[in-house]
Amino acid sequence: MTTETHDPAPHRGAPDWLWYAGVPAVGVALYLLYGQLIPISEWVTALFPVARDSHTGEAIAFFAYDVPKVLLLLTGIVFVTGVLRSWFSPEKTRAILAGRNQIWGYPLASLLGVLTPFCSCSSVPLFIGFVSAGIPLGVTFSFLIAGPMVGPVGLGLLFGLVGWKIATIYLVFGFTIATLAGFILGRMGLERHLQDWVRELNAGPIGDLPEERLTLVDRLKTGAEQVREIVGKVWIWVLVGIGIGAAIHGYVPEAVMLRIMGGEAWWSVPAAVVVGVPMYTNAAGVIPIVEALLDKGAALGTTLAFMMSVIALSLPEMIILKQVLKLRLIAIFIAVVATGILATGFLFNFLL
Amino acid sequence: MKTIKVYGPGCARCATTEAMVKEAAARLGVEVEVEKVTDARSIAMAGVMSTPGLSVDGKLVHAGGLPDAGKLDGWLKA
Repeated sequence: MTTETHDPAPHRGAPDWLWYAGVPAVGVALYLLYGQLIPISEWVTALFPVARDSHTGEAIAFFAYDVPKVLLLLTGIVFVTGVLRSWFSPEKTRAILAGRNQIWGYPLASLLGVLTPFCSCSSVPLFIGFVSAGIPLGVTFSFLIAGPMVGPVGLGLLFGLVGWKIATIYLVFGFTIATLAGFILGRMGLERHLQDWVRELNAGPIGDLPEERLTLVDRLKTGAEQVREIVGKVWIWVLVGIGIGAAIHGYVPEAVMLRIMGGEAWWSVPAAVVVGVPMYTNAAGVIPIVEALLDKGAALGTTLAFMMSVIALSLPEMIILKQVLKLRLIAIFIAVVATGILATGFLFNFLL
Repeated sequence: MKTIKVYGPGCARCATTEAMVKEAAARLGVEVEVEKVTDARSIAMAGVMSTPGLSVDGKLVHAGGLPDAGKLDGWLKA
């Protein structure tokens, strides 16, 4: 390749100034809208011919308030995350982590797991890329657990829907579980349980790409692109999640909730994990359910355990990883992470 | 004749990338052969960690996300 003629390609779209002006303008507009959600949702609820304080009225009000709220929050979070993550890439992360066998490779991997953009569809090439570059297996696991577990979408929605205290608790414990689970898995010497072809793989030639230089507008575009893609994909999960949340909010009596998910029922924590693992949704779908559960008096530990197992341990993810991990390693992986989740659940039910 | 490989396990963006390559090649009048690599092992062997990845005549030029349309033209013309 010789001189790179950077002709203004036909796909450029909006001029730069429009991005600089438009992003703050849309931000302010959405913020103002966010402030008006209670009157708007009450107005919508009043359109239905049911008493506001009936079960159905409560459920409709919950739904009418939460749908726009979650979608607005989601848009904001995904945009900001998309822009921030444009400074990171799996290639850079690999370069940072390669050869870090020391103890702080684990927390560092957890941190980068949150910051590095990657979609679960490329977790296999990513896993191989990491392991073949000499990143220890445990460190790689810390990275892979932290990504979904403490993803910004889950945290941001938790912050917006449930409050900063529980969001902070979730952040601290999610991060700790990712770090510790990676550390423990690393100590177990599990390399022999990788699929044979992965072990035989000699460090694949590392794709040596020239670093792309992005302008601020490029990064803003990345954010907008992410919003289009992610919100376009998860809105259905959001609606289903809020629907379930609304049903719980409207119809489940508190006494029943206390018996099933209250702090007294010790078995509720493992039950929450068992129910949570096969449930496949994403953070945006589960947080409205969490909101309704806590609101009805479910114990914090049980609810945290449920949320963590839904988000961090998903069957489709395991099926993807089956390509590189033998069944035994997947079982150990699930066991270690589930133990961390159980411990968190019991701890909070015990403390509160 | 250029050989273009699109690396990706079959996500939506991988298909879009393939379409972009074909469209650009047709527009520029460059003769190309586009091959999709969907097998995780081959993707990893090519050094691609974030998909979709793109290689031109065996040389990896892009990984992660949709390629920039302007740059894509550049790779095809080079």
